[in-house]
Amino acid sequence: MKTYIIKRLIQSIGVCLVISMISFFLLFLNTDPALLLLPPEAEVKDIELFKKQMGLDRPLIVQYGDFLRKVVFHGDFGQSFVAKVPALQVIVERLPATIKLTVAVMIFVNLVSIPVGIIAAIRRYSLIDNVATFFALIGQAMPLYWFGIMLIIVFGVWLRWLPISGSDSLAHLVLPAVTLGSWILPVNMRLTRSGMLDVLNQDYIRTARAKGLTEKKVLIKHAFRNAAIPLITVLGMQIGLLLGGAVVTETVFAWPGMGRLAVDSIRMGDYPVVQAVVVIFAFFVIISNLVADVLAALIDPRIRLE
Amino acid sequence: MSDLMSKEFALDESPPTLRGRLLHKMWHLRMGVIGGLIILGLVVTAIFCPVLAPQDPYKQDITKRLKPPSWMEGGRPGHLLGTDHLGRDLLSRIMYGTRVSLTVGISAVLLQVLIGVGLGLLAGYYSSKIDSVISFFVNCMMGFPFILLAMSLVAVLGPSLQNIIIALGVTGWPVFTRVTRIETLRLREREFVLAATSLAFSTARILARHILPNLLPSILVLGTVEVARAIIQESLLSFLGLGIQPPTPSWGVMLAEGRNYMLLQWWFAAFPGVAIFLSALGINLLGDALRDLIDPHLRKS
Repeated sequence: MKTYIIKRLIQSIGVCLVISMISFFLLFLNTDPALLLLPPEAEVKDIELFKKQMGLDRPLIVQYGDFLRKVVFHGDFGQSFVAKVPALQVIVERLPATIKLTVAVMIFVNLVSIPVGIIAAIRRYSLIDNVATFFALIGQAMPLYWFGIMLIIVFGVWLRWLPISGSDSLAHLVLPAVTLGSWILPVNMRLTRSGMLDVLNQDYIRTARAKGLTEKKVLIKHAFRNAAIPLITVLGMQIGLLLGGAVVTETVFAWPGMGRLAVDSIRMGDYPVVQAVVVIFAFFVIISNLVADVLAALIDPRIRLE
Repeated sequence: MSDLMSKEFALDESPPTLRGRLLHKMWHLRMGVIGGLIILGLVVTAIFCPVLAPQDPYKQDITKRLKPPSWMEGGRPGHLLGTDHLGRDLLSRIMYGTRVSLTVGISAVLLQVLIGVGLGLLAGYYSSKIDSVISFFVNCMMGFPFILLAMSLVAVLGPSLQNIIIALGVTGWPVFTRVTRIETLRLREREFVLAATSLAFSTARILARHILPNLLPSILVLGTVEVARAIIQESLLSFLGLGIQPPTPSWGVMLAEGRNYMLLQWWFAAFPGVAIFLSALGINLLGDALRDLIDPHLRKS
């Protein structure tokens, strides 16, 4: 177990490094950062001087080392061009909103997908199974942000049941969470279904039934617990998807989280914030993948021995 | 996402009874035909939209701005789906939008295939150091928030049709590498490849003539689904202002414009989204049917 965790940890650090590298060099792809920082009327002489002061005349690899050192040891991504405060601070302010949204989505998705998935597995090819399959197909083709806008039109504008933007109350959370949740809901539903189907044919289920346990007990205690293993791994991977989806959802619902910050910063060319958001997003993704893998390995010894 | 999805749908087992299996197969075929018809409609629209479109998609008429669809009260004949904020015909703009969507969708996926399949072949065939390096890189790309990378790339390169294709192409390839790598690993051990190796054929020849042709069905199936994804992503980039720029008719741009009027003029944001949804649905339906027909080992039943 220890070797497995260490192996995965080293791998994760490697992935973090590569991502920080990509996000750093992205800035140098087409633009001279000095031109971004200085007013357009700056003269060539001033630009040279500025580059020298900021260390922008050094080889790229040295600059990257410097960037990495500051990030790792001081959490310093530089000053935001727009807010004029450290980029990390800008992000930390936006973090709670995104976490709130992500947690709400996870609750919503699991509350719906697990029961429906279990029912679909027990009643295979019944109406509810086919309806679930149909929705999975529809969900796959639906652009997330359009679905959000349609929800706003129907529930916010026509029916006036729910607020359409902002983040003050629990009611504000409903539409964004449903929008973002609808994205992964079909996958989880299908996974629960196929996981249950795999398990239901096992001998121990027959044994459980034979010893006279109630059907409810058999399904939940014996079948679902085992079917949940692939679900845990996928939930870990989905944190990353959700963060990506948050970029879109937060923009549609004017939700003050990291996703919207990312879009705004990219649009305004606020590169320190963009770099910080990318690195922190990736960090979350890697951590949640790691935790999911370790959890899965703890539950199922076959994984860590592979 | 689609990686998870396709795996999930691929594991879809056949019904136990013969009647059930036949119904299942029929359903898939019928859905595939519907998907094919939708795609045919898209392609025909994209090619012939100057003839088919009822109006000039760029013609503004401020006196006719934000008119509802023609069947509603206040609608104008000749503007079936209504008009936008500059009085342009919505239907015509949606029809011209197929050009951008199909161009970006197909070109971006071709680029993904080129990079992804190439790397996947190498990783699968030389499963040693090269494999570890490529697999590690695939993991990195998977850990990267895809949409942020694509957005940053477009922002840095500048928003244009070509740069959107590049951005979606160089960020979307890992799915192809994964599939190609696993299939290549499997094929490498097969007799006909061993035979080719023992005849001292060059690696390039074995990869191109013996392994690649066997991969084509899987790549075709995956590629179809990926086109749908690329179309949605292009519209998303355009929606966020980091893609196609107005006044070019793109579904994402129209949705972004329509969003400003969603409180009163719902049709403006609704119809471009319907176009995206229908295209993606049609392509996915065809992809599923193709998988059922030509790719037996993805079907696993």
